[in-house]
Amino acid sequence: MKSLAELAAIREKALSNVNMRSDNDSKIRVVVGMATCGIAAGARDVLNAFSEEIAKRNLDNVIVTQTGCIGMCRLEPLVEVYTPDGNKYTYVKMNKEAAAKVVNEHLVNNKPCADLLIQEGM
Amino acid sequence: MKELSLHILDLVENSVKAGAKLIEITVTEKISDNIISFEIKDNGCGMDKEFLENVVNPFTTTRTTRKVGLGIPLTKLACEQAGGSFHIESTPGEGTYLKAAFMYDHIDRQPLGDIKSTVLTLITMREATDFIYTHTVNDKDFKLDTRELKEILGGVPFNEPDVRNWLNEYLGENIESLYN
Repeated sequence: MKSLAELAAIREKALSNVNMRSDNDSKIRVVVGMATCGIAAGARDVLNAFSEEIAKRNLDNVIVTQTGCIGMCRLEPLVEVYTPDGNKYTYVKMNKEAAAKVVNEHLVNNKPCADLLIQEGM
Repeated sequence: MKELSLHILDLVENSVKAGAKLIEITVTEKISDNIISFEIKDNGCGMDKEFLENVVNPFTTTRTTRKVGLGIPLTKLACEQAGGSFHIESTPGEGTYLKAAFMYDHIDRQPLGDIKSTVLTLITMREATDFIYTHTVNDKDFKLDTRELKEILGGVPFNEPDVRNWLNEYLGENIESLYN
């Protein structure tokens, strides 16, 4: 069983890293729509898939946050990726597998997943 | 919504928007009484009488993107479809309390679902809010208070990967043990 003592040990280990991660402007922001529409469509699992995949790959240049209704409920779960160069990418109808793909191809290799992006006429 | 845990995730968001500093989530499963329920209590801004009276109406919302708010109506519907009841009370300036109860063995009762993910999501994404999570299954219970964890962590955030991992496993093990 996991114990609170382990948590104290994690704290010691993490303290030095946390200081290095304070600069937010140069980071990629992943924003998941978590209003009723997003949650009903599966946004919770998408959000957690992003967090897990990013942790697994040790990407300390990415932060995952959530927002309310992005306004296109029929395309939920919606995920917006903001890159430090000022661009925004809107991914639609996301799921766990698609989240892993976006992390690997877009966040790591800087190749946006064209097939998952919002298209005209959707 | 396919799971009670998703309703919880959605409704707690209302508490966060109401500026709550402390949110208590209580899940109770009592098979001998044929009841499963969840309660959410917050110390947010609360609602005045008029808003509260209309809050179960899907055309009542505080959001500005459109004039529909489905969180509470969907939960109330889920209760009523499963032989249960939905109750909400609020005091402006003090906070809001709601309870959703369901017949445990009703065929249309939604499963509790992945409650661990709901709690993990709330704690890691809402760092500024404190949560008390209490989950009771018959005579066993599990309680987690994020204020105690924050004291141990001394400023290290919950979304730090190692901390999040620990929390994920800690929640998973403790919730699972309620069913053994």
